[in-house]
Formats: sequence, C-alpha cells, structure tokens
Amino acid sequence: MIATDLILFYLFSIVLLGAAVFVVTSRNTVHSVLFLILAFLNAAGLFILAHAEFLAMILVVVYVGAVAVLFLFVVMMLNVEYGDLKEMKKRYSLMGGLVGGVLALELVVMMYTWKSSPEAFDLTSSPNSLYKGVPNTQAIGNLLYTHYALIFQGAGVILLIAMIGAIVLTLRQREGVRKQKVGNQIAREAKDSVRLVDIPSGSGI
Amino acid sequence: MESTADFWTSLFFPTLSLVGYIFLIIVPLLLAIAYLTYAERKVIAAMQLRIGPNVVGWFGLLQPFADGLKLLHKETIIPTRANPLIFLIAPLITFGLSLSAWAVIPFDLGLVISNINVGVLYLFAISSLGVYGVIIAGWASNSKYPFLGALRSAAQMVSYEVSIGLVIITVLLSVGSLNLTKIIEAQQRIWFIIPHLPMAVIFMVSALAETNRSPFDLPEAEAELVSGYNVEYSSMTFALFFLGEYANMILMSATGSILFLGGWLPPFGIIPFTWIPGIVWFALKIAFLLFIFLWARATFPRYRYDQLMHLGWKVFLPFSLIWVVLTAGFLFSFNMLPGK
Repeated sequence: MIATDLILFYLFSIVLLGAAVFVVTSRNTVHSVLFLILAFLNAAGLFILAHAEFLAMILVVVYVGAVAVLFLFVVMMLNVEYGDLKEMKKRYSLMGGLVGGVLALELVVMMYTWKSSPEAFDLTSSPNSLYKGVPNTQAIGNLLYTHYALIFQGAGVILLIAMIGAIVLTLRQREGVRKQKVGNQIAREAKDSVRLVDIPSGSGI
Repeated sequence: MESTADFWTSLFFPTLSLVGYIFLIIVPLLLAIAYLTYAERKVIAAMQLRIGPNVVGWFGLLQPFADGLKLLHKETIIPTRANPLIFLIAPLITFGLSLSAWAVIPFDLGLVISNINVGVLYLFAISSLGVYGVIIAGWASNSKYPFLGALRSAAQMVSYEVSIGLVIITVLLSVGSLNLTKIIEAQQRIWFIIPHLPMAVIFMVSALAETNRSPFDLPEAEAELVSGYNVEYSSMTFALFFLGEYANMILMSATGSILFLGGWLPPFGIIPFTWIPGIVWFALKIAFLLFIFLWARATFPRYRYDQLMHLGWKVFLPFSLIWVVLTAGFLFSFNMLPGK
C-alpha cells in the first residue's frame, strides 16, 4: 500500500505543479482560472494523502467552491484585451525579473538556514501532541475554539470589518427605486383596494 | 512469488470488488434517474388532470428508454465559435460529480463504499463543485443566453450553499460527528426532523435552489433564456446535463433523508417495521423527498430573481444563524452536547 501512496503523491504533485505553470503561462485568463482550480483539487488530494481530510474538504469547499467561482465570475465578465505580447514583454520583463530574482534568492537563503524540529515528523500525523489518535477535525476544532478562541474571534472580526468596508465602498443609494414589501402585500385587503362607485351616466369619476 | 500473491490479494481483488460495488450503485442509480423522469411526467400529469406518457410499453413504462434512444440518435453539434474542449468537459463535470458523491452515502449499516470521517463535508464539497459544470458550459458556448443562465446559476448556487452549510452545522452540533453513519445512528431515538423542523424546511427549499429545480429554475427559465446554460448542447452532451440534474435531485433527497429522516432507520423500532430491511426504508424516504421536488414543480410559479436573492440572504441566512446559536445554547445549557 506504501507504493500506491507514493505513486499517488507523485501523480498529484506533478499535476499540481503542471497546472500551476499553466496558470501563469496560459494566455486566456479563463483557462488560467480553470488550471488554478485543477491545482486546488490536487492540493486537496495531497492533504488527503497526509491524513488531513478536514483541510482537504475545506480547501475544496472554500477555495474551489466559493473563491474560484468568484474569480471565474469576474474573469468571464471582464473583456480582457490580450494586447501585444512583445510590447508587454519589453515593459515588464525588467521589473518582473527583478522581483522574481529577489524572491528566488530569498528562497535559496531560507533553504540553507532551515532546520526542521525533531518532532516535525510526528506533527504531520496530528497537529498537536495533545491530540494523538483523535480525528483531525476534532483536533483542529479543539485548537481553534478552545486554546486560541480569542485570536480566532479576532480574525473573524477583521474579516467582518473588511467585508463592511467593501460594502460601504460600493454601496450607492438610488432614488426612486421601488422595492417589493412582502408584509404590505400580505396585509392588503379587499376593503383597502376596491371601492364601488356609482357613476351617473354621462360623466366620469 | 510472494510479491505476486501480495499484488493479487492486496491490490487486484480489492480494486476489482470496488469496481463491482461502484457498478452496484451506478446501475440502479441510472435506472432510478430514468424512472424519475417518468415519475415526474406522470405526477405532474396527474396534478394537471392529464394522463401523461402511456403509449410506449404498459402505462408508458418504456418511455424513458425511448427518450434516451431518441437523444442518442441526434447529432452532437459543437458551435463554431465555442471552445470545443471546455464545451465538452462541462457536461462531463456535471454528470461525473453527481455520480461521485454516492461513494459516501450509507444505504444500510455498513453498506457504504467509503465510510470516511468527513462524509458530510465531502457531500458539501461535491455539491459546491456542481456549479462549475453550469458556469463552464455557459462560458464555453460563447452565446448570450447560456452565459446569462450560467451567471444566474453561479450566484444562486453560491447563495444557497451558505444556508445549506448552516443547516448541516445544526445537525452536526446534535450529532458530534461528520460521519454519515454516525449521523444516522444518532437518530435512533428521534429523527432530527422533529427537533429541527424549520431547518428541514430550509434544507428542502435550498435543495430546490441548489439543483436548479422549479420554482428556482432561473438558470434555465425558458421564458427569458430559451433554456439557459444548455441551449447550445445537443444529443449526448445534453443528455449528460439532464441525467446530472436528476442524479443531483436524488442525491439531495438522499442527503436530506440522512440528515433529517434517519436514513435507513425505520420510523419506530418495533417489530412490523424492523422486518423491512433498512435499504427499503432509505429508498422510500428518498422517493418521498423526490415527490416533494415534483410536487413543488407542479404547484409554484417561478420566483423572480430579486425575490430569490432576498429569500436566500435576508430570510434563510439570518434564520439559520439564529437556529445554530439556539441549538448550541440549548445543548450547552442542558449539558447535552454530544461527545462529552
């Protein structure tokens, strides 16, 4: 069974990396988003191989099911001008190369000074030594809601503020918009809306 | 020699039996889909005082197969300005996802392909992926009605997923596990539809919206969008969308009966009810929920789009949030939290 795990690991990793490359290189932005989704799904597969099934499912639900849908939504609505590739290359290659080079340098420096802790291997199977033999859903729940409840709530408040900010920035109130009020419609009765009028012949109401 | 024996016992036979189990689920599922289309036409016909299909076979029982054969005889048309690869992937995604979710559904105690720890989350993840088939189809068709249908569908499915998520959370609070078998076993004493009746209603309505069924079938509103996201599809590609939609209906009914109607459990644990095997009870419950799907279609007019969004975000979301808090508070204050 170890062999199948290994084969699956390399399969997921290769597809993940390949998809990541295509996200950057494909010229059609919608294709980029689709490759990004493929990359997310393979990352979820890697999580499952690492026995982190809760993280895998949350990755699919949140990133693939919601965030990437919004990405796709926006990218489809935008009419992207593909422009002249050569001219783009000229304009961005120096700056892009510089940023990429600095990042690569930092990664190399990190790699040489990185020391993994001796317990790191045990931590891969359970996030905290307190939670040995407990399903990782329960372990994550315990950590987030018992030990780090305040920090977790703080993160939630920050996200709420961000959401309110986005709504305030884009909300515009228009005059003269008629909205459906269900309560009024239900409360409406025949005696409020219908009246009988005797019209003398030859004249209007 | 030892390694070959190992290969046969640990890899080949398990894989073979897994394929066998998959066929044991998929073949009845496809039959159920075929007869769901038949049941839909018969039920709606009865509600509208018509007869419905009655020509092909006794009582029209062979009608679904006649329809299927007719669809397969048609030509598969790929629009010239469409993106052919993505255009063909979209129905495959819809149909494949609607089948793959069945891997975790327990039909009876131990009668499940994969009894995973996070069964509910898996179901939720698969149903949240369902939007891609629609949205990709709408984009790849390169045509305005499919695109409008896809946009509507994306917004609708993302909105109603939120309330389904909260409904699932209330059930999880009362069970203490994400495992589907444990969720059913927790309903031995009482089905969750009784303590969580409002949540069951919200789940059912959200399931209608999630599967794009009437009265929430705005993505394929034929009066406005011709047929919505699948206008450009024909023959087998259309058939896959069609089968996927019905398979999703059956899946949602199965999920509903697991979460609220006690899955394979009989209504009372006494003798005449326990004689009937659990899988029959499960099938009966699924059939009942499917009848509600058809009943709703014959009864309600289509929602307007702003009403749909209003219902999802301003009615269901706050109400289910309050219900989550109430459930958690109740369980906590009476010291009834599971897993204690």
